[in-house]
Amino acid sequence: MSGYILELQGITKIFPGVKALNNVRFQLKPGEIHALMGENGAGKSTFIKVITGVHKAEEGKIYLEGKEVDFKGPKEAQAAGIAAIYQHVTSYPDLTVTENIFMGHELKKNGILQWKSMNRDARKLLEQLDADFSETDEMGTLSVAQQQMVEIAKALSTNARIIIMDEPTAALTKNESEKLYTITEKLRDEGNSIIFISHRFEDMYRLASKVTVFRDSQYIGSYDVDSITESDLIKAMVGREITELFPKAKLKIGEELLKVKGLTRTGYFKDISFHVRKGEIIGLTGLVGAGRTETVETIFGITKKDSGEIYMEGNKVTIKEPSDAMELGIALLPEDRQKSGLILSWGLGRNVTLPTLGNYVSNGILDEKKERDASKKYLEEVDTKAVSIHDPASSLSGGNQQKVVVAKTLAQDLKVIIMDEPTKGVDVGAKAEIYAIMGQLAEKGFGVVLISSEMPEILGLCDRVYVMCNGRITGEFSAEEVTQERILELSMEKTKSSSTENKKGEVV
Amino acid sequence: MKKEALFKKMSGSQEIVLTLVLILLCVIIQIKSPSFLTMTSINDMLKNNAVIMLLALGMLCVLLVGGIDISVTSTSALSGMIVGLLLKYNIIENTLVLFLIAIGVGCICGVLIGVIISKGKVPPIIATMGFMYIYRGLAYVLSNNQWASAADLGNFKNFALGKFLGINNVILIAVISYIIFFVVMKWTAYGRKIYAVGSNSEAAAISGINAALIKLTVYTIMGGLCGLGGALAVSVYSSAQPNMMYGQEMNVIAACVIGGVSMNGGRGSVQGVLIGALMMAVINKALPLVGIDSIAQNTVQGAIIMVVIVLNVLMQRSTFKNSLKRREM
Repeated sequence: MSGYILELQGITKIFPGVKALNNVRFQLKPGEIHALMGENGAGKSTFIKVITGVHKAEEGKIYLEGKEVDFKGPKEAQAAGIAAIYQHVTSYPDLTVTENIFMGHELKKNGILQWKSMNRDARKLLEQLDADFSETDEMGTLSVAQQQMVEIAKALSTNARIIIMDEPTAALTKNESEKLYTITEKLRDEGNSIIFISHRFEDMYRLASKVTVFRDSQYIGSYDVDSITESDLIKAMVGREITELFPKAKLKIGEELLKVKGLTRTGYFKDISFHVRKGEIIGLTGLVGAGRTETVETIFGITKKDSGEIYMEGNKVTIKEPSDAMELGIALLPEDRQKSGLILSWGLGRNVTLPTLGNYVSNGILDEKKERDASKKYLEEVDTKAVSIHDPASSLSGGNQQKVVVAKTLAQDLKVIIMDEPTKGVDVGAKAEIYAIMGQLAEKGFGVVLISSEMPEILGLCDRVYVMCNGRITGEFSAEEVTQERILELSMEKTKSSSTENKKGEVV
Repeated sequence: MKKEALFKKMSGSQEIVLTLVLILLCVIIQIKSPSFLTMTSINDMLKNNAVIMLLALGMLCVLLVGGIDISVTSTSALSGMIVGLLLKYNIIENTLVLFLIAIGVGCICGVLIGVIISKGKVPPIIATMGFMYIYRGLAYVLSNNQWASAADLGNFKNFALGKFLGINNVILIAVISYIIFFVVMKWTAYGRKIYAVGSNSEAAAISGINAALIKLTVYTIMGGLCGLGGALAVSVYSSAQPNMMYGQEMNVIAACVIGGVSMNGGRGSVQGVLIGALMMAVINKALPLVGIDSIAQNTVQGAIIMVVIVLNVLMQRSTFKNSLKRREM
């Protein structure tokens, strides 16, 4: 009766401590391309995983062609004709295109794989998509765009009628995107329904007839693409009040500490220039994948730059290794604290003192008492609610782990602290504490560089904000001028390809 | 109640459980064969296994940084062979100088391996497999397929018979090495960095530790110990042959694994390796004593090793579970 091929109602998905989706709904018509938009963390990816049966929603109902369904896993969703093409291509680089297409649903006869038929079917699918490569090519030799085509072929090979594309154009060039549009339209004309997630307005205007917006895990609205303007859409995506309290006092800003000029790493970011002064918190914001993390990793010496200069307190410096950066007084709190911030199996104390072991050595032997006292002192400074310094880091919650990482940097003799998404996966209470610590750091005269995708953080904490998009800095604002809308506008790629693109690149 | 806590604490410490297993093993053997625990017997056992015990120390460091070295006995053979040849052709006769030369040769061998692994980013098992053939082959080439026999070795072979403070020289060297490594691994920044690199090399790098350099030094130390071990083996067995210690690298790795050293890096201790190496020594010595047929010895040895390793894994899993229980939710 509904006329919808897929309908979701009242979907709520709870992860430990967070409501990832809160009572959202969605309706998809047959033969429709429906865009799904929202900021980072709005709940889009989780929502897709609920549709494809990867996550099970705590509440809510899913109807497929009017009939209620309850997927127990991705296999069931696949059997029902739902296929997803994820943001990061999830393929097997050492296998052939055919093997990738039929992975998990191989054609078998009496238990024997039918390679001939599979190759033939794969070739047909590739022809249907106008692919310019062979089904026997190795996946790893293909470009990202070609690999995506294989993913689409894979979706078609499962006889999917509903195809979900999660930011398919993120890694594509203009021409490749154009080709993807054509394929997507072709799929629609053949009667498939498509859910298209993208940060590019261009994608949406070009393809979709409907757009649904999520914000902060909630459903905001569904609109006809023809009848909504870009600015109204941005408002729908960000329109929240900033209610959290941020403790940063107005401080007098001191002299310049770190300055980056024209930093470039080919393929990741280009021509990045910014500076941070004593007692200042600067924000580096933009969408996930804009090149923020890559930029600070290069500054810190984890990866090599291709060109550009780094200055510390006015002097040009060379940073080849993280240890060089640390010697200059720069510390990095990595985005993935579990993977690169802490040694989880170690006690908290040892984690804190690891970068500064040399300070606790006398006559070549570690003075354990001195080390213990120091780690206790720093852990108290960040107020970790840990039972003892011998507790393994793995026994702490995300927020407390982050505080240990902060304590680790406090132990060093520092000037600039770069924090990459310090509140990611941290609950609200711990977030406030981390903000307070950042405020204290600025008060003590540190320069703080905050990378964050969370608008309230950027707006509430930072003295100056740089916006990055596609590996470039697209804008700089003072605390007074900055608004959510302005940031989002500069974070998104323009509908009209204008100034930011195709500047002639210097070759180094 | 209190007893239970004590038991928990003990079962939490792998080394203590391993020691208990070792003692149990010794008691069983002693009952079956009363000649097992006599001074001479213990002395022989330690002397004959001292080289393996030494190499296990180096292997501990290599495994801790997430590597492996299967070329160790090849390096020992090359160093030992060089010592043998220098004696045979009366080029150098001073025992101390010969030891230093062997250690130097070992270090050079180790540096090469370390460079290939840390700078060339070649997987350790592949790199050391290559050097396993190269160093063993060089030993054959240098010796021209000849031995250095007891008669050639002169005063050098007496080193293994000599005593200092009532302890056999070879055993003494092993004991001193274990003490040094215990201190280094537990109480120096270098030791801590080895653990850090093996536990999470990314986090270590962000903490300013040069992981490549740590790996390079670890393989160099391993090489130096191999050189020392090669010279000791020549002295103990009173002969230098290119095929000496052939195949024993697996005993070295087994000693570490029995002692609770993780093959994934980051976990393991000098105490554990000591117990593991002693256990290997006891098993080797005891199997013939308790009347196990020589053709069945390998099988029995393998079975015992497997039992101990499974026990290890189970203990580690329960420790991990306990730490999860403490996680605040």
